[in-house]
Amino acid sequence: MQPETHTGLDSPPELWWKPAHKSEKVWVAIAFAWCMVLFAMMPLWHWKGGQNPSGIRSRTNPQAYMARVMEMIQEHQSGDDRGMPIVSPPPGSHVYLAAAAYQWVPILKLQKDVEYILHLSALDVNHGFSLYPINVNFQVVPGYDYGLRVTPNAAGDFRIVCNEFCGIGHHTMVGRVIVEEGAPVVASVEGGRR
Amino acid sequence: MTVSTVDAGASRTGFRTCPATGRQIHLGAAQLIKAHAVASVVALLVGAIAAVLLVLTRWQAVHLLPALWYYRILGVHGMSMLIFFIIFFEMAVLFFAGTVLLNARNCAPKTSWLAFGLMLSGALLVEFMMWGGYADVLFTSYVPLRAHPLFYLGVILFAVGALVTVGIFFANLVVAKRERTYRGSLPLVVYGALTAAIIAVITLVHGAAIYIPTFLWSLGYMNVDPQVYRMIWWGLGHSSQQINVAAMVAIWYMLGALTIGAVVLNEKISRSAFVLYVLFISMASAHHLLVDPGMGPAWKIVNTSYFMYMAVLASMIHGFTVPAGMELGMRLRGFTSGMFDWLRRAPWRDPGFSSLVFSVVVFGFVGGITGVTIGTEQINIIVHNTLRVPGHFHATVVSGTAMAFMGATYYLIPIVFQRKVAFWKMARMQPYVFALGMLIFTMSMTFAGSFGVPRRHWDITFAQAQFDVQFNPVVDLVLAVVALGGLLAATGAFMFLAITVKSVFFGEPLGEIVRGREVPGIPAGITNPPAHAADVDARNAALHGPRVGWMGPAPGTIALVFIFLGAFIVYFFVNWKILSFVWRIG
Repeated sequence: MQPETHTGLDSPPELWWKPAHKSEKVWVAIAFAWCMVLFAMMPLWHWKGGQNPSGIRSRTNPQAYMARVMEMIQEHQSGDDRGMPIVSPPPGSHVYLAAAAYQWVPILKLQKDVEYILHLSALDVNHGFSLYPINVNFQVVPGYDYGLRVTPNAAGDFRIVCNEFCGIGHHTMVGRVIVEEGAPVVASVEGGRR
Repeated sequence: MTVSTVDAGASRTGFRTCPATGRQIHLGAAQLIKAHAVASVVALLVGAIAAVLLVLTRWQAVHLLPALWYYRILGVHGMSMLIFFIIFFEMAVLFFAGTVLLNARNCAPKTSWLAFGLMLSGALLVEFMMWGGYADVLFTSYVPLRAHPLFYLGVILFAVGALVTVGIFFANLVVAKRERTYRGSLPLVVYGALTAAIIAVITLVHGAAIYIPTFLWSLGYMNVDPQVYRMIWWGLGHSSQQINVAAMVAIWYMLGALTIGAVVLNEKISRSAFVLYVLFISMASAHHLLVDPGMGPAWKIVNTSYFMYMAVLASMIHGFTVPAGMELGMRLRGFTSGMFDWLRRAPWRDPGFSSLVFSVVVFGFVGGITGVTIGTEQINIIVHNTLRVPGHFHATVVSGTAMAFMGATYYLIPIVFQRKVAFWKMARMQPYVFALGMLIFTMSMTFAGSFGVPRRHWDITFAQAQFDVQFNPVVDLVLAVVALGGLLAATGAFMFLAITVKSVFFGEPLGEIVRGREVPGIPAGITNPPAHAADVDARNAALHGPRVGWMGPAPGTIALVFIFLGAFIVYFFVNWKILSFVWRIG
């Protein structure tokens, strides 16, 4: 007669669907409750939190997207750095950033505490938008336009590091975002609310 | 440990009797297990050499490889380790679980060898294309990065071979049942292997669904959308890690039984947890698409959480039942005093046991906690493609799965290869060296990633870039620690390689095993099997009695899992806090 108590290598005795000990039930219940907390945090952050990767998502193609970028550069260019145009888009506007091996086009000059809709798309292969040193990361996929409502919360001279392998020159792909202290009141989209 | 053979003692034709478990080992199946295990170890060797080159490159002070070779070797490392090493080993596990553990035969020897040939030729083709520079697309080969068509063909051949082997495993289970080689239900370990096999089918179907179109695309016959590629590819890429999880948990139960007589606390709970894996785990493709433009928040939330974290629940259940089964197994064998006496008195010098403990602890505390946290939709914004990602998955796949596979190998060498484990003193140390190295490696990598240091990046000094990027000087120090941890872990891997190669090809025959007499080179679980006394059921009933209170038969484990839960809660909410400091994004 085999004993009932057995290891994982043994075939269990005939009827193995048996009630668990209280200690096991307690742990399963606590683990389940914790899983519900893990789950609830995501919708909760959409409702109350300030950082969500939702964005305005649409399809595009490299030609059409690059045309939007060029149009923006023409309208709002305010200078250049080593041949790369610097663009100062108006507060609250749509801002277009293109990723192509191995450049981020153009350089953006934004104002602090102002909301912009920052569009990301790639012209060739996948790229990774990684804003340094804030450490904000998004995937940039060719054929897709990712429009994110962003509000810079500090002035500074930031970098965009490409963090998705895009070819042999991947590690040279760096872009630039400048955030300036905006003129108060006027600069804010939300105007008097601050 | 009880033995459930049909006719223990006498061997049937074509079988021999396992000296450790008394089971009937089918000789044909043993040959297949050996072949797959050897192929797996060769892949590990290639991957480990690549690993050393990579850590010496990312250590900025050394910066060994030129850029081209860094990316090339990074691809080699990923394919060799995550695909070839792990899947070859898993196929060995499936043959072992489907035949040896059930006293059964392998029902389709010719097809098995054909499938092995397919896998081997696929693997060789892929390695050749990568080393030759025809596939500098890294492990993920994101379209529209383009590799030579033969690279994709190699992956397809390998996947088809693996799929056939999984089919043979299912067939072996059916044949074993029909031939009544075992009584009652499948043992839990085989049940876990079955779970892994089902997930393997799901995974490999995703693989076919993406690599066949990509192969045709590389020949110019069709288009593949980059976002669709990422979604389906990760149905392969992440789900294949879930094969590892299921196989690893099955091995946890096996090593617990072999080394200290761990018992199954409750079959219902453990098996239900395995079912949760099958049902939900393939949704994890979403973990890689949380900051992608192609999907909306509802899709991301439902999928990244495996429909409300049901697969996480499964892992938290195993994270309790495995150590609790070990504790109860020890208590049933008389180590009853205090909370942790069972742990102190465990066979820490048995590499099968130490591997098991390190695998459970590092997988849970580092891999599990970081994985769930960074797989949260919004938290992924401060994680995606930074070093935090490889920091996480090296804790799961290497410290968890590979460590468990190494521990199992110390038992497979005597049981299947009928050899003593060579370099026995080194074998006892190996799990400690490997686990410590990986712990340093994964934690420092995670830390470096929190500064925004990108993964898969040749030069974070950005010497050739258009604009300068100045990382915090701490980063240099942390990356040096990453390299040292990596080198220590690689040392552990090379120790393992030396031990296995010596044992398998030049090893001493196992010889007569006398119960109770320790022999260098044979793990204690084989020379001194952790048998339970005849009155084990009475002892078990007493340990479950009302006198022990709500903490039940395994109070030490209860204390440990609450420490785990505390660490989990702190880490999870600290990350939300850090996220709240960055720009408003929506």
